[in-house]
Amino acid sequence: MIGDWFWKWSKENPKNIYGPGILIGAIGGAVFVGAMIVTWGQPYETTTQQTGPRGTAMGVVKFTSDIEAGNPSVASYAETIAAAAASEAEVVDSPVSDELTRAMREWTGIPTLFSAREDSYQNTVASMMIGMTQAINSEWDGHVGDTGVNCYTCHRGEAVPSGIWFQVHPAVEVMEGWGAVQNRVTAVSQFTSLPSDALPKLLVEDGRITVHDLDPRVANEPGDPTWQDTERTFSLMNYFSNSLNTNCTFCHNSRAFYDTAEVTPQWATASIGIQMVRELNVDYLSALDGILPEERLGPILGDTPKAACMTCHKGYQKPIADQDLQSVDMVSGWSEIGAE
Amino acid sequence: MIEYQNIFTQTQVQGPPEWGLDDSGELARDRGDKAGFSTIVGFLGNAQLGPAFIGWTGMVAIATGCLALNIIGLNMLAQVGWSIPEFIRQLFWLALEPPSPEYGLSMPPLHDGGWYMIASMFLLVSVMCWWLRAYLLAMHHGMGKHVAWAFGAALWLFLVLGLFRPLLMGSWSEMVPYGIFPHLDWTAAFSIRYGNLYYNPFHALSIVFLYGSVLLFAMHGATILAVTRFGGDRELEQIVDRGTASERAALFWRWTMGFNATMEGIHRWAWWFAVLCPITGGIGILLTGTVVDNWYLWAVEHNFAPQYDGEYGHEAFTVGGE
Repeated sequence: MIGDWFWKWSKENPKNIYGPGILIGAIGGAVFVGAMIVTWGQPYETTTQQTGPRGTAMGVVKFTSDIEAGNPSVASYAETIAAAAASEAEVVDSPVSDELTRAMREWTGIPTLFSAREDSYQNTVASMMIGMTQAINSEWDGHVGDTGVNCYTCHRGEAVPSGIWFQVHPAVEVMEGWGAVQNRVTAVSQFTSLPSDALPKLLVEDGRITVHDLDPRVANEPGDPTWQDTERTFSLMNYFSNSLNTNCTFCHNSRAFYDTAEVTPQWATASIGIQMVRELNVDYLSALDGILPEERLGPILGDTPKAACMTCHKGYQKPIADQDLQSVDMVSGWSEIGAE
Repeated sequence: MIEYQNIFTQTQVQGPPEWGLDDSGELARDRGDKAGFSTIVGFLGNAQLGPAFIGWTGMVAIATGCLALNIIGLNMLAQVGWSIPEFIRQLFWLALEPPSPEYGLSMPPLHDGGWYMIASMFLLVSVMCWWLRAYLLAMHHGMGKHVAWAFGAALWLFLVLGLFRPLLMGSWSEMVPYGIFPHLDWTAAFSIRYGNLYYNPFHALSIVFLYGSVLLFAMHGATILAVTRFGGDRELEQIVDRGTASERAALFWRWTMGFNATMEGIHRWAWWFAVLCPITGGIGILLTGTVVDNWYLWAVEHNFAPQYDGEYGHEAFTVGGE
């Protein structure tokens, strides 16, 4: 097809075609990629939400695509309300109104709740959880605001809410003390080597979260925080961060974590949240002991399921809110669980 | 010439092993009997492998080092129920942790830091013998002791972390865990506990010398490679008998930045930058928790932590906010 003159000429005029080929290919490839990004947009574009003074690197960085996708729970919640309104199913022995009971069935994904079908432990738990919801809405508005919470905030249509946690102590069975509580890939350590006892120590017991000295030089006393305490707090903060899909600088100026003059309003909200979660775990969720069947208890220690940030927030700054952080009102119209 | 211009040496010299530099090439033949050649080793440097002089310091260092490493490894293995697959899977998470704080400077039980203390003691003996080995070998060769003192600088930081500071703090629990991720957890926790180590001026100096070492090494390596064609790679000869390679290299840097090191002085620059990195770092660690308890507040006190004006919280920065 190609004449012999071509092969003869090529043999007599050897040229290094690979060098220029690679060079032109590399330049051409770069131009192509550049043109695609300019015309079609950057697929991994991020948006930074500024959270503090300029020059402090305070900001929460997120993929723009994630923000635009919004929170699917907003639409799902509306569906549960519509389904509950359309339902005319019978309600038996419910401590609350029929309308609220039918909504609760949708929110928790338990269609037999307070039905004539059987006397289930679920009815007992539901009654206790109504009390918990009332307590959150009336006593903890410092954390949940006017938005409030209802069953759906945690349950999202599932009988067992996601984001609950169980104790795993000891994380390392053959060790004791500091070596026993960490260095294991557990769900409560968020799959890090950080301590796995941060949630029980700091969100059930009232362990000390603050770990700093508030003067440049202090007299060291027995009982002062140790670096081990700091690491446990770090584990807790990492859990906070993952639960809300934010970073340190959502609340803190990371140059001085402890300094309450350099924190955001969200730090205060979270601090109230810590107190709230302790009360929920101690007063309400521990009380489920003896009521829940064995298969609903912790796989290692058989403890009752406990709540924390992830149980409601599920990776969002506000649990059920649109892109502009406008939360869906969870209590209006449900006076039985609303603020007293 | 292209064979030489590669990080891998493609042209290897293999022949009778070198025993020492005199005319016969057999100067130290009586010092050992194991010397051979490795093509793989030759890719990276001199193809000759051996002879190695172990000596009593080397024997003790290797034996105690192996013991320490095995105690750490077997503890990790015990923690995953002696399962090799789990050991491999969780290796980066596993650690041998220092004792719990309540034991202070006493010997804790084996399963709460006791094994850690035993491993640490062996490790201490090991690195000390290795230091002595570097010193004695230099002495045998009639060399200066620069290598031993440089290694000693690293040991200073090692001893501050594992011995001096724990003693001053009154607790072995201040020591650093032996584990991949766990020692990084310690580092982060240590910094935050003491109010942000970035405000520790000795930490800052340590970083200066760390990055400075990297920069100096790159500048020096590049300079020598660039004047190799004029004999610049024969650095020892160039130091005492300056040739065109040194002249050109010096002129290059003087024109570039108005100043140049000398053929000998550049090695002193590099040595001091390298040893000052752990020396200043060790001072910074030693002061932390013993003298200064919150480095950020210390920086505020000394007027080098600036105050920033502005609102906190995203509400202040969103459209329609404030």
